[in-house]
Amino acid sequence: MDELFLARLQFGSTTIFHFLFVPLSIGLVFLVALMETHYVLKGDERYKKLAKFWGHLFLINFAVGVVTGIIQEFQFGMNWSDYSRFVGDVFGAPLAIEALLAFFMESTFIGLWIFGWDRLSPKVHLACIWLVSLGTMMSALWILAANSFMQEPVGFVMNNGRAEMNDFFALLTNPQLAVEFPHVIFGALATGAFFIGGVSAFKILKGQEVDLFKKSFNLAMTVALISGLAIAFSGHAQAKHLMESQPMKMAASEALWEDSGDPAAWTAFAWIDSENQENSFEINIPFALSYLAYEKFQGDVPGMKTLQAEYEATYGEGNYIPPVKTTFWSFRIMVGAGMVMIFASLLGLYFSYRETLAQQKWFLRAMVALISFPFIANSAGWIMTEVGRQPWTVFGLMTTSASISPNVSTASLLLSLIAFSGAYLILAIVLVYLFIREIKKGVEHHEAAPDQKAGDPFDQEVYL
Amino acid sequence: MMGLNELWFLLIAVLFVGFFFLEGFDFGVGISTRFLAKNDLERRIMINTIGPFWDANEVWLLTGGGAIFAAFPHWYATMFSGYYVPFVFVLLALIGRGVAFEFRGKVQSARWTKTWDYVVFFGSLLPPFLFGVLFTSILRGMPIDADMNMYAGFTDFVNLYSITGGVTVTILCFLHGLSFLTLRTVGDLQNRSRALAKKVVWLALAALVAFVGLSYDQTDIFTARASVTVPMIGAIVIAYVLAALFLTKKRDGLAFVSSGAGIILTVSVIFASLFPRVMISSLSSAYDLTVYNAASGPYSLKVMTIVAVTLLPFVIGYQIWSYYVFRKRVDGKDLTY
Repeated sequence: MDELFLARLQFGSTTIFHFLFVPLSIGLVFLVALMETHYVLKGDERYKKLAKFWGHLFLINFAVGVVTGIIQEFQFGMNWSDYSRFVGDVFGAPLAIEALLAFFMESTFIGLWIFGWDRLSPKVHLACIWLVSLGTMMSALWILAANSFMQEPVGFVMNNGRAEMNDFFALLTNPQLAVEFPHVIFGALATGAFFIGGVSAFKILKGQEVDLFKKSFNLAMTVALISGLAIAFSGHAQAKHLMESQPMKMAASEALWEDSGDPAAWTAFAWIDSENQENSFEINIPFALSYLAYEKFQGDVPGMKTLQAEYEATYGEGNYIPPVKTTFWSFRIMVGAGMVMIFASLLGLYFSYRETLAQQKWFLRAMVALISFPFIANSAGWIMTEVGRQPWTVFGLMTTSASISPNVSTASLLLSLIAFSGAYLILAIVLVYLFIREIKKGVEHHEAAPDQKAGDPFDQEVYL
Repeated sequence: MMGLNELWFLLIAVLFVGFFFLEGFDFGVGISTRFLAKNDLERRIMINTIGPFWDANEVWLLTGGGAIFAAFPHWYATMFSGYYVPFVFVLLALIGRGVAFEFRGKVQSARWTKTWDYVVFFGSLLPPFLFGVLFTSILRGMPIDADMNMYAGFTDFVNLYSITGGVTVTILCFLHGLSFLTLRTVGDLQNRSRALAKKVVWLALAALVAFVGLSYDQTDIFTARASVTVPMIGAIVIAYVLAALFLTKKRDGLAFVSSGAGIILTVSVIFASLFPRVMISSLSSAYDLTVYNAASGPYSLKVMTIVAVTLLPFVIGYQIWSYYVFRKRVDGKDLTY
């Protein structure tokens, strides 16, 4: 097996695994903070209980997110040392700032929040959870600033064969970041919202603590709807921006081999033949691609063959076409899942408003299944973004094959791949097991059964 | 006049000193769970003493790693790719440890708790040992070529010197954890922590003597910057003798300060001996990575300096506040049953 393949497999698996937990953490802590705010402002004890219940699930998830994030930070140096040398000057700064600004804040205030229920005044305690929430979002901002540089390098000069930073402000005002950040953040809020929505639906379906879970369901669906719409708008802005920054990714995500012609049709389904660079079958929606790309019903979208010729003229010989099927289908999976989520949140709010939610068994069951949708959409979105950028790690500057560590052997890579995959598998199984246990216990039981808490070192009662 | 390259070396040294001082005691507490706790209740009390802190302590390492990446990309690239296999184990240990704290009490089953307790123990034992191996072997020099790539074999990682370094760092953390426990617990557990610490402090001194002796033979720490390192090594010995004295006199606060000073000085000696090198090549001193040839450009360093100088006071401030909030000792009688 070749080293590039193994290093890429590891990067892909680590990133996807890590990013199952990150958006859920960002979303859950935001919603928990909202619940606690409601409790502190209105004095409604039920919201305190809800905040604690969802807080428990958040903490289990947060722990896994944190530990997988450590690999994420160090694997650049371990597997991609030539990449690290080439861009460290630009790419390292946001990572270091992320640790300094966000990780410290998250980890300190999460400790204060977990152990501080009886030790801090309600308002200070509430401030702690908001600071954790702010920390998770700032963490996302800085890591996305780093990722945006890979999509659209800005604020640097080439010096001694390395990219050196010459404009820090440009990194932060990178137009790619402006469209990527809101898309990811609202995606994360939707993930937390659909998790809470789905679990609440399950409890309502079982007839357990229905009144409490209706409250969390309502809150979750409100956040879900707002996020869903924001995801759609920022996603559209991203597609439009893609036309300027990475037209090849756009063409690949449309399986557009030849120029589209004007106006451009959007391909809903295609049978892609990458060998012969053509599609044997397509279902097209006229005008739609022009709208996606330019926000008007006219305009030509360049195809991959045209762009390949352009890139060869600019960057020299090579294959600049990313894996088309992966890019095409991951885009459609993401968009499809997003549409279903918007529709479901609308329906959920409608049933809540009409107070018929508990009777809509089919809908509640569907909501349980829909827990998976944001995770699928998040993963598909990142696959499209990262695979669609190939063959580049830093667009136009450095290719993936030039990025790996020259001194790391296949055996070492295999060892780490097996070790980390094994760890991920164990973590995933334990996490799901603990989630199910906590969810079964429910809200009141959590509060009422001190013997359950006694074993928990992270409960403030134990700490006293 | 100190330039930005030197300043960033200093800042990274501070981050690692902070990491070993802070995470040092929570590694030590994790190690102590196997030697001190008689039952599950005591183990739980011990883990609770570091409950609110360990996560933030670990961030000192993440920030140190991030700072190396940003300020000295070649150092980051050479070290992490060169020490690939040791880092795989460090990461596995930190992963296990991080979730074990959160998971161990979630299920009421002796087997479940015991499993995660062992993860806590090995997750606390392995990282200080491996970091000890890492830093001592960096000090000794590793086969780094003209392209700054490190191609090391088994004996480059595993030899008498590096193992001694690993064992020494582990014992220092163990002692530090025990003296932390004397400050955070009461009664029998506190007394036993102190009693064990009194024994471990001599072990620490013996390990340090062996380590310093081998360093004299294997490295240039006595010649490269003797005017700084020799007095510091003297101070380390004094710190641990004082720690032994204070433990005997039951002056727990001062004992903790002494053991903390010992860790701070030990890590400082390593960094002081390295400077201005960050990775030493055993092939040729021409291939050494230094704060000059491994660094980011001046602009990047300037930006990072502004950010770090602005943020660090806040970070240190709220971390101190969190220690203040949880200043009360962890008392077994107050545990909810």
